[in-house]
Amino acid sequence: MSNIKYILGSFGDPDEMMHGIEKLQENNIAIHDVYTPMPIHGIEAKLGVKRSRLDILAFFCGITGTASAFALIYLTSVVDWRNNIGGKPALALPDFIPIMFELTILFTAFSLVGAYYASTHLFPGRAPRVMDLRATDDRFIIAIDAQQNAAHTLIDGLLKDAGALEVKYNERKYVSYE
Amino acid sequence: MSGHKESILREPLITGNNITYAKITNDILLPVENKPNKAWWIGFILSLCGATLWVVAVSYTFWFGIGSWGLNKTVGWAWDITGFVWWVGIGHAGTLISAVLLLFRQNWRNSINRSAEAMTIFAVICAATYVVSHMGRPWLAYWVLPLPNQFGSLWVNFNSPLVWDMFAISTYFSVSLLFWYTGLLPDIATIRDRATGMRRKIYSIFSFGWSGNVKTWQRFEAVSLVLAGISTPLVLSVHTIVSMDFATSVIPGWHTTIFPPYFVAGAIFSGFAMVLTLLLVARKVLGLENYITMFHIESMNKIIILTGSIVGVAYLTEFFIAWYSGSEYEQYAFINRSTGPYWWAYWMMMTCNVISPQLLWFKKIRTNIPATWILSIVVNVGMWFERFVIIVTSLHRDYLPSSWAMFYPTWVDVSVFIGSIGLFFTLFLLFLRVLPSIAIAEVKLLLKSASEQAKLEQIKEGHLDKEQVAEYIESLDKFDSVKQEQYAKI
Repeated sequence: MSNIKYILGSFGDPDEMMHGIEKLQENNIAIHDVYTPMPIHGIEAKLGVKRSRLDILAFFCGITGTASAFALIYLTSVVDWRNNIGGKPALALPDFIPIMFELTILFTAFSLVGAYYASTHLFPGRAPRVMDLRATDDRFIIAIDAQQNAAHTLIDGLLKDAGALEVKYNERKYVSYE
Repeated sequence: MSGHKESILREPLITGNNITYAKITNDILLPVENKPNKAWWIGFILSLCGATLWVVAVSYTFWFGIGSWGLNKTVGWAWDITGFVWWVGIGHAGTLISAVLLLFRQNWRNSINRSAEAMTIFAVICAATYVVSHMGRPWLAYWVLPLPNQFGSLWVNFNSPLVWDMFAISTYFSVSLLFWYTGLLPDIATIRDRATGMRRKIYSIFSFGWSGNVKTWQRFEAVSLVLAGISTPLVLSVHTIVSMDFATSVIPGWHTTIFPPYFVAGAIFSGFAMVLTLLLVARKVLGLENYITMFHIESMNKIIILTGSIVGVAYLTEFFIAWYSGSEYEQYAFINRSTGPYWWAYWMMMTCNVISPQLLWFKKIRTNIPATWILSIVVNVGMWFERFVIIVTSLHRDYLPSSWAMFYPTWVDVSVFIGSIGLFFTLFLLFLRVLPSIAIAEVKLLLKSASEQAKLEQIKEGHLDKEQVAEYIESLDKFDSVKQEQYAKI
């Protein structure tokens, strides 16, 4: 057929966009992805995006931080070089707590954010894969793979019925490389 | 869902008519995408002079050592540690707004969190430079880290609160930076997609390739929530540990168990005051009255009364316990504080922190912008004096009357302090020019539910309780950004 790669439904209102997603799904049209300028609550359930497991990872990294801090303090000031401070015990657990706590937080935060960047492919200098430049401003974009969904006129009609202000036919996937 | 309607009894978080998603972006990016105005340049040049003074004074300290400060054998900590604690405290409001208010689902945080977090980062930078300068030999600053070494077999002393503090402040700084930067990504992407040429390339690098698709946003929210969850105890722990720098010593006046909660309340108190000092000016100069509304100002003022009163109770408790303890040294430390040679500093602290913030109980005052601005500066002056009083008056008359001394700052002490304020404002003004001062994406979330126009729409539909509508309209009186005429008919 044509060179059209993606059909973009550009909405001005998040509720109308949600309505558009429903309409498309009722007609068994697969949605490639949705790009929005703000988080839309409830959209992940509709599009079948699974619950994030980043919090589980963060928990285990936090525990690692606690253990690392304890190991550091224990191995240095109890095992390696014990100081006699007025005959007080070297294993002064209450004194260890502040640093154990801080390293728990530090490990949790860095591993969580690191894993988030890795899992969503965010890193400095990455070429932005943007389908519509207004998706970070005031438009809510539903992207549909044009090669896999042949019924272009049906899609066009559904999107416009739902309230799309504009339907675009992009011949290249990402406009941001231009 | 974004179409969810909010109760009419809640005051609007975005005021003005005909606000659209595009208008929010345009309004907030106005200072970023255009040449700065005269007010910005005047502020920037003044701050830059301050920052230069800071460079001179800190370099002078590095070159000649801390003998160039007014410290003596008796008063070994004075303006330096005062400045350190003051700046760390100021930083706390940023984390409180971004993390604690997120956990409590206080939506009004959405339009002030970005600049408050930036303020946190700049304040912690100012605080950290005090610690490094105070070391005397700052090129050996890495000695505070537990590194394997050949100077003897000693490790750092993990029982010392100063070592805890190093861990606390560096964790706090790096975690705040992560939280802030992750939150900035969508907004940097917004600037990127509107820019052209070199600007687009630069913002593209810093946007990390943000596209705003479903999965990224969903993970973004999960990450923000967990970061808020861990930053909340973090911020409490940081000032607790700062207070332990004093509280774990055996100096009368410092050796008290009340310090951790009292310092944390004081930190939030001074932090909110600084947020107000900055934002009351910024909203006017940058034309952000519709996003940082009277409701935000009033809410912050309420937090200031609360924390200011906690601090006041702490001062009185401290005094009572000094008497009740029966320890004559403790009693003398407090009598000396309030009636000794530094009585003026003590009463300055009492007036600025306890008495004058009580004026905010009056609605007329807490919704009056010039009055609020002046009070916010008074609070920061008071909080500086609080740290000065705690540090200097507890030290200057020790157990041996022959070593009693007074502290007199030198020009270097004064310059480091004034300079650090210059540095702070320089960084803040640069931030206003290159990054959005309000979290654009988060404010957009509020447009359909909590904006004035959405509520006006609800009223016009006419299914609401008349009394509630009347109460809502009455609450709009105090807003300086609301066109009152349009409510006259309703």
